[in-house]
Amino acid sequence: MTQSVVVQVGQCGNQIGCCFWDLALREHAAVNQKGIYDEAISSFFRNVDTRVVGDGGSISKGKICSLKARAVLIDMEEGVVNEILQGPLRDVFDSKQLITDISGSGNNWAVGHKVFGSLYQEQILEKLRKSAEHCDCLQCFFIIHSMGGGTGSGLGTFLLKVLEDEFPEVYRFVTSIYPSGEDDVITSPYNSILAMKELNEHADCVLPIDNQSLFDIISKIDLMVNSGKLGTTVKPKSLVTSSAGAVKKRHQKPFDAMNNIVANLLLNLTSSARFEGSLNMDLNEISMNLVPFPQLHYLVSSLTPLYTLADVNIPTRRLDQMFSDAFSKDHQLIRADPKHSLYLACALMVRGNVQVSDLRRNIERLKPSLQFVSWNQEGWKTSLCSVPPVGHSHSLLALANNTCVKPTFMELKERFMRLYRKKAHLHHYLQIEGMEESCFMEAVSSLSGLVEEYNQLDATKSMPVEDLPRLSIAV
Amino acid sequence: MSIVTVQLGQCGNQIGFEVFDALNTDSHCPQGLCSKRENEAYQASCKERFFSEEENGVPIARAVLVDMEPKVTSQTLSKAAQSGRWKYGQHSCFCQKQGSGNNWAYGYSVHGPRHEEAIMNLIQKEVEKCDSLSGFFIIMSMAGGTGSGLGAFVTQNLQDQYSNSLKMNQIIWPYGTGEVIVQNYNSVLTLSHLYRSSDALLVHENDALHKICAKLMNIKQISFSDINQVLAHQLGSVFQPTYSVEGSCHYRRNPLGIDWQVRPPLSGLPTFGKVSLNRELHFNTSIANLVILRGKDVHSADLGGFKDPALYTSWLEPIHAVNVWKTQRAFSKYEKSAALVSNSQFLLKPLDTIVGKAWNMFASKAYIHQYTKFGIEEEDFLDSFALLEQVVASYCNL
Repeated sequence: MTQSVVVQVGQCGNQIGCCFWDLALREHAAVNQKGIYDEAISSFFRNVDTRVVGDGGSISKGKICSLKARAVLIDMEEGVVNEILQGPLRDVFDSKQLITDISGSGNNWAVGHKVFGSLYQEQILEKLRKSAEHCDCLQCFFIIHSMGGGTGSGLGTFLLKVLEDEFPEVYRFVTSIYPSGEDDVITSPYNSILAMKELNEHADCVLPIDNQSLFDIISKIDLMVNSGKLGTTVKPKSLVTSSAGAVKKRHQKPFDAMNNIVANLLLNLTSSARFEGSLNMDLNEISMNLVPFPQLHYLVSSLTPLYTLADVNIPTRRLDQMFSDAFSKDHQLIRADPKHSLYLACALMVRGNVQVSDLRRNIERLKPSLQFVSWNQEGWKTSLCSVPPVGHSHSLLALANNTCVKPTFMELKERFMRLYRKKAHLHHYLQIEGMEESCFMEAVSSLSGLVEEYNQLDATKSMPVEDLPRLSIAV
Repeated sequence: MSIVTVQLGQCGNQIGFEVFDALNTDSHCPQGLCSKRENEAYQASCKERFFSEEENGVPIARAVLVDMEPKVTSQTLSKAAQSGRWKYGQHSCFCQKQGSGNNWAYGYSVHGPRHEEAIMNLIQKEVEKCDSLSGFFIIMSMAGGTGSGLGAFVTQNLQDQYSNSLKMNQIIWPYGTGEVIVQNYNSVLTLSHLYRSSDALLVHENDALHKICAKLMNIKQISFSDINQVLAHQLGSVFQPTYSVEGSCHYRRNPLGIDWQVRPPLSGLPTFGKVSLNRELHFNTSIANLVILRGKDVHSADLGGFKDPALYTSWLEPIHAVNVWKTQRAFSKYEKSAALVSNSQFLLKPLDTIVGKAWNMFASKAYIHQYTKFGIEEEDFLDSFALLEQVVASYCNL
């Protein structure tokens, strides 16, 4: 069994990270009734004897003493991290796992990347090395950050290069929150485009998410919960947005519900690697199957179900509905239209009591409405994990490598160009040592290159699928 | 004579468990429909082949479990132990932490050399426990990374180290519509490598097994467990003891011992244009067929149909191509049962399909970087394609 380390950077990254750890604890508590520190828990948590001072406290088996998250928390201002350390999760984090500063990055990618990058490089390396040492077999770094700000975007992507150099064999999975059109940070297009170049070059896999989609999902759920339709009550703990498990009208902080969705995404992504099942899928298989060409590693994710109705009683139809939902735009975590674009590959990660025949039936059913690239007509990767998520009997996470991300990136580029043409706010960046206009140009051309690759694949969409002539052998 | 089983990867281990379970259950089945003495001879023979004896009477499977990540093997070991009827050896398991990521190159070029010594040592220990070794039975899938890549590597090693023993690979042909996206690459690489080092490839297709579950057994929600049990049942009916042609009192000593490889006559193959007019269009042309009958009335069964020349390629006499094994002892509570192992054109279409799809993907260079990262270059792919095209052509010409 392998371990993963979560690196949460910036305000957004840390808030999501916090929700993730909360959910992870709940999930393992539900599965692991006896309190034994097993391999599944060890993938994200260390077992520490807190009475031992210093480093010697790690316990590898036996009863759970005190769980510490395998995480590194980085933020260039103290507010968010301090709040985490005073909240209910304070004991889960090791105080030595934090890197903070006071002044923040001012929503400036250059400050995050160049200034804080060089300032904190040594410290970051040290914390990462420490967390790696605590792992028996480290397989993956999960980086959580936003693209639109300064710290998450700049320092978060600076990290990627560090990780690539220091731990070349360990995968880098990045969960990136992209700014929506109505983002209130004016410079978010600059920050995002500058960050994209780093993601193109140094990430193994990126899960782009945008706030607008998360918000739409929340609205849909609220509608469902508050509509008070006769006979429909939502099972408590089943909301993909809930953190404390109840449907009560707790005053949740505005982004909490949205962050929980992302946290669920990460849990479901790793479930088949942590828990048993009849068809396991490890994290390295995600990269192997879904990334046909090194640069095209952006995966559109969609999660179902968003909630479970209490009066569940139509087994097969409900199961099939789950598969259909995964391919509907309402359940995607990024706004895009995969059904009308070209699929390069698609992964279905199923949890719960679902068998291979259900999987096959639904793939056969959905296949005709989806367009796959000619050389990957059966481009499905599937996994079956027996352990369902908390509050549900089964769930499905669909990851699609689809050309539908192209419009999102092109739109981002448009917003960037609108600012750049007028040189608006540029001086904030250029006054940072190491930043020049060429940085901007390189970033744009990196994005253009990516878009061009997608274009070329899209061009094959309407061509008839022909078998290529095979090798001819002299008999 | 004993068979040492090597179970590789998730698929191999899950199936291996079901196979040993089926063999053990059948051999202890009380309703053998034959005399007590005969039943005992059957049981003894089965036990010698597949199990070795432990002090407290619980038979230990003659098997080595290999996987590159621990979840499945630990499950398999505990399931066997929990049954109480048989178990795996305490030290028969080799396990790593990281898995092969569905990457044939990783299984073959990284895991293989790295763990060669440990794995071969385990196999050696199992071989030493046998009084006489008949051969190896290697269970693996083609679609993943460990079963396919590491399986090919291990088979090659077995060929080097035990060149006189038979190596039979049980390979699982994946579902047509993807379990793994790179399954066609993995399959092509596996088959081409196995062709060079294995003696016989016993193939089961997931699609076919699935259909059996759905149509013949009417299972509504088919799980991999159901599929594996069907497979185990089929394998059990092939591998359980049978009489040899000569003696009607002794179970044949060599369970794998027929001439699995058939060579065309030296005069060369007939030319393309020759078509036999009375050939049944429904049947695939066979090179060899093995019929196994168990249960009541086996001696009076009419096997004329299997000797029809129309079934066989023109350069073979049916009498050389058909083998029949029989026993009166019923299998798994079935009063009469029959099994057919066939070397024919039946795999031509699936093989052709897989090679075609892999070729299309290869032409676009998709996923190739994942393989070159670990030492499998484009030339290796081309070599594999060439070899398989030859196989396809050879079968086509039957």
